[in-house]
Amino acid sequence: MAEITGAEALIESLENENVEVIFGYPGGSVLPIYDELYDADIRHVLIATAYMDSVPLVAITGQVPRPLIGGDAFQEADITGITLPITKHNYLVKDVHDLPRIIKEAFYIASTGRPGPVLIDIPKDVTTDTLDFTYPQKINLRGYIPPKSADVKHLREAAQLILKSERPVIYAGGGIIISDAAGELLSLAETIMAPVTTTLMGKGAFPDNHPLSIGMPGMHGTKYANYAIQESDIVIAVGVRFDDRVTGKLESFAPNAKIIHIDIDPAEIRKNIRVDVSIVGDAKTALLRLIGLVKESQPRTDPWLDRINKWKQEFPLQYKKDGLKPQYVVESICELYPDAIITTEVGQNQMWAAQYFRCTRPRTFISSGGLGTMGYGFPAAIGAKVGVPDATVIDIAGDGSFQMNSQELATTVQNNVPVVVAILNNGYLGMVRQWQELFFEQRYSATIIEDSVDFVKLAEAYGALGLRVERPEDVKPTLKEAVGSCKPCIIDFIVERTENVSPMVPAGAAINEILDLE
Amino acid sequence: MKKHTLSVLVENKPGVLARISGLFSRRGFNIESLAVGVTEETSISRITIVVSGDDAVLEQVKKQLNKLIDVIHIAELSPYDSVSRELALIKVEVDTTTRSMVMQIVDVFRARIIDVATDSLIVEVTGSKGKIASIQRLLSQFGIKEMVRTGKVALHRMSKTAADTIPEKLQKPEEE
Ligand SMILES: Cc1ncc(C[n+]2csc(CCOP(=O)(O)OP(=O)(O)O)c2C)c(N)n1
Ligand SMILES: [Mg+2]
Repeated sequence: MAEITGAEALIESLENENVEVIFGYPGGSVLPIYDELYDADIRHVLIATAYMDSVPLVAITGQVPRPLIGGDAFQEADITGITLPITKHNYLVKDVHDLPRIIKEAFYIASTGRPGPVLIDIPKDVTTDTLDFTYPQKINLRGYIPPKSADVKHLREAAQLILKSERPVIYAGGGIIISDAAGELLSLAETIMAPVTTTLMGKGAFPDNHPLSIGMPGMHGTKYANYAIQESDIVIAVGVRFDDRVTGKLESFAPNAKIIHIDIDPAEIRKNIRVDVSIVGDAKTALLRLIGLVKESQPRTDPWLDRINKWKQEFPLQYKKDGLKPQYVVESICELYPDAIITTEVGQNQMWAAQYFRCTRPRTFISSGGLGTMGYGFPAAIGAKVGVPDATVIDIAGDGSFQMNSQELATTVQNNVPVVVAILNNGYLGMVRQWQELFFEQRYSATIIEDSVDFVKLAEAYGALGLRVERPEDVKPTLKEAVGSCKPCIIDFIVERTENVSPMVPAGAAINEILDLE
Repeated sequence: MKKHTLSVLVENKPGVLARISGLFSRRGFNIESLAVGVTEETSISRITIVVSGDDAVLEQVKKQLNKLIDVIHIAELSPYDSVSRELALIKVEVDTTTRSMVMQIVDVFRARIIDVATDSLIVEVTGSKGKIASIQRLLSQFGIKEMVRTGKVALHRMSKTAADTIPEKLQKPEEE
């Protein structure tokens, strides 16, 4: 067989992994790879949060030629060193013959167990070296064995606790979505008649409009989710990591509850919080088995659900409907496009999206959770639209965050990716302004961004559609115009400037110490 | 705080030590000492790490280490089922009167003198941390010019090889 180059081997390997689309940007050291892409069947779209939010991602970077490594050559960066703490694993390819094996391993590591990003750094001269290419069938990683099935003994203990419980709460996170376990979650909740709170990353894992749904927990969660957790006698935590934005003051979290923790990553168990029963394994399998163990029993949660429903009536999510309110924009999007894929930027816009967009299906709410990375929502929307071309994709954005990646407008126009960016324009880095208002005597240092840019003109400059909305009655017609246009579009919603995200648990307080803000 | 000795088998590849030390610093774990060397199986290195921390910290250390792809196996060694040693080289100042006193101490500790100069000696001592601390204390009255220690190395008493240790963890996930 004729030898092929490293660059050709890379493309062949990616095709072996059924890669259809690559997002990337060319430069000196990756030129041989881009030259190969020119002829390949793989579509290419020009464009690290992935680690924290367990996103399976394979990143390929171009490195200077091997003889120059370590000598501070032009554009040399120790990218494997830099990304050590933010990748699940990474590789520097030193020999072209290792390339197919490394790509096979990278896809396997990124997508199995607790998913995460894997980076492959390829020196330029490796991409031009040649090899006799065969793609490996088997993987031999003696240091990496992702956990598979859940421990039966612990499942029995969990079932015992659940059967004795009168006030259970299910606390579900992104792990449910990763493991495709939304069906099992629904079935467990309905079997034991337990209320379900979903985290930001778990939004969509349980239908927000289901009677057992109690919304999001934590800092900007619903009051009734927080009260329910605090009053519960058992918390069934699935695919979550007890983030401080959820738990508030750890010592007072769910003070009367036993905690069952189901997670595929053993390191998450007892990392932050005491656990009474731990189950390491895939959420879907674990839930299925758990349902089997509890399905014969009669739930005794009626009085508990009555209490929760009273809280729901007494403390609903609400806002004053005067002027153009950001919450109203989100509610309108939800009403018109309930099946849309929503991505969010970071800040108040993100919290309003989480509070007021009612998701019914997994993988329809995409947000940067663990790191709160501004600028995430727009590229995420592009990725979602490319991945699911038939979906309506809307980025609920802030005027600050959007500007972190607004250059991607060029990507949407050049590649014809019709996403809608709904900017909740408050002229502030609003979430930071909210903290300054509450905790720093209204000293708005570096958070005023009023009149920074005309988003309508910006859209038009790139050849996208730009629309502006200043009155509540124009919200829905303009949304329809944007989605109907089938073009990349920005809508600049000039919203009430000083609206706060409410309710709120002050940092470090217990989650039942949740306040209404004006 | 409690000290724990971990014996960690890792892939003998460049960059593995950086992954491990990076993990310790990022997660705020304390390393008391760390010693690395290749095992009888050349593709595997053994790292002996002494960490201090309570049981919760130890649990996290083990679990986080286990998440590294290049970490093959981790065992915690207790003093009862393992042997451990540390080696130190100590350069001591001497003159004609103190030389014999130093040699006496060296004798008592079953240490060795491995280099002699007109005004100094280099002492090699192996043993526990405690033993090394004692001889260091005694020698310091003469003046210690320089000193180096290897950090603790330890082995389980049971007769197994590094390669033997792996199979428990080596139930390879089957590719579909
Ligand atoms: C890259 C980055 N820089 C800074 C922050 C801190 N931060 C969190 S929210 C926020 C304000 C975001 O402003 P905007 O996008 O206008 O959203 P708003 O809160 O006004 O809805 C900032 C600066 C961050 N999370 N990420
Ligand atoms: Mg803003």
